[in-house]
Amino acid sequence: MSPAGGAASLDVAVTHKDHTSADGRPLRALDELRLTLPIGKAGALVGPSGCGKTTLLRLIAGLDHDYAGHIRLPAHGRLGMVFQEPRLLPWRSVADNIRIAAPEATEQEVAALLDDLSLAEHAAHYPGELSLGLARRAALARALAIKPDLLLLDEPLVSLDAALARELRDKIAALIDEKRITTLVVTHDLSEAIALADRIFLLSPRPARVMTTLDIPTPRGRLGKEAAQALETQAHDALASARRPL
Amino acid sequence: MIRLISLTTLLGLWQVAAWLSEPRRLPGPLLVFETILEEARSGALFSNLAITLARVIAAFVLAMSLGAAVGYVMGRNKIADRLLDPWLVALLNLPALVVIVLAYVWAGLTEAAAIGAVALNKLPNAVVVIREGARALDPQLEEMAQVFRFSPRARLRHVVLPQLAPYFAAATRSGLSLVWKIVLVVELLGRSNGVGFEINMAFQQFDMKLLFAYALPFVALMLGVETFLVQPLERHVARWRRGVAGRRGYA
Repeated sequence: MSPAGGAASLDVAVTHKDHTSADGRPLRALDELRLTLPIGKAGALVGPSGCGKTTLLRLIAGLDHDYAGHIRLPAHGRLGMVFQEPRLLPWRSVADNIRIAAPEATEQEVAALLDDLSLAEHAAHYPGELSLGLARRAALARALAIKPDLLLLDEPLVSLDAALARELRDKIAALIDEKRITTLVVTHDLSEAIALADRIFLLSPRPARVMTTLDIPTPRGRLGKEAAQALETQAHDALASARRPL
Repeated sequence: MIRLISLTTLLGLWQVAAWLSEPRRLPGPLLVFETILEEARSGALFSNLAITLARVIAAFVLAMSLGAAVGYVMGRNKIADRLLDPWLVALLNLPALVVIVLAYVWAGLTEAAAIGAVALNKLPNAVVVIREGARALDPQLEEMAQVFRFSPRARLRHVVLPQLAPYFAAATRSGLSLVWKIVLVVELLGRSNGVGFEINMAFQQFDMKLLFAYALPFVALMLGVETFLVQPLERHVARWRRGVAGRRGYA
């Protein structure tokens, strides 16, 4: 199966997805995984590491077609993605990386994006000359430049130091709010999910299915500290109960 | 500076060796230089050099473009690789002389047979190098291009070719020196002009100063191509590595 566009929401209904283990036995990665994310909303996939979050993201991105079920992408199904590794073309400057991925973007749009992400002074730099934080931002600029119908972010804040992570998190939240981009972010960090998403999908350990869906009532970033903590406790309880043997 | 000393020493040794042997066997540098001037004045040197260089370029371009295409397919496709690998091994181990003689027998003593035979000798080397490059293509960038729906043209130009550039450079380096040596053999065996033909004439007349008068300018010419064409091109395609020293990670 491969993801089709044309829906008013991102609809995922994966009956199952199997990997093959090293000794040749099938390993179930995803099992009866269903989720819906309306257009313009941000969702977060949260779960223990190795549960299959990135596997699911790869199915949605169309990088893996070997699964049972169906996936419908919002609107025209145009995808922007920020991988864990920035995956920039090392032989092209930051600005060229954006231009090559988004040939229809105007020079003004490219310049505005570079400005938005505080990359203007690095526009002519090669990716190898950037820090990881800057490279992530460049990858985000590239993903936004194509005006995606769905933005996929795979652990966008991982391996950044705390201050840098917070800065980028707020930047992402502001940009997806402002541009009303349907976004799905993969993370293992609940507070990150709460800060970025309108809806959180808590995944079970492998094989992954959606255990609980949490809707965040207030607009992103404006959630009070107590409310955020309450949500975090609720989510932790849900995760803990899933791990407890029945 | 060191290169200059090295070169002067070589000239000195040559001169000493020339003094010790008879000039018919080993002419000294001065005598050779005079012959070069003589051949240059008559125009024969330049026309022969140009003819040989044209053959080198034609055979090289033919072998590299065909070899790059075949090597890329073999590097990316396992079935093609298994299918063509025995042919490749056979071709790699076929002596250049056999290919040249067969080409002349089957296609006659023609220009096409000469260039084709040289290209066929270089082809397996180009295939092997480019296949290595195609195998080493970064799957992560491939996926990125897929998600962002790069056109096939953009994928080739921005993702694949920059990764193959160092392999092209390596194949060019080893290829040029291989090709020009084989071109001389092809000319010696079945052409009536070019540096190889002149060297054959020198051999038959036992004229060692003529042999040197053609061999040395041609070596110099190929050195010039390497220094002023291949190396700057290599630096140009690798300019993004400056200060990055090829590291892939981020600071």
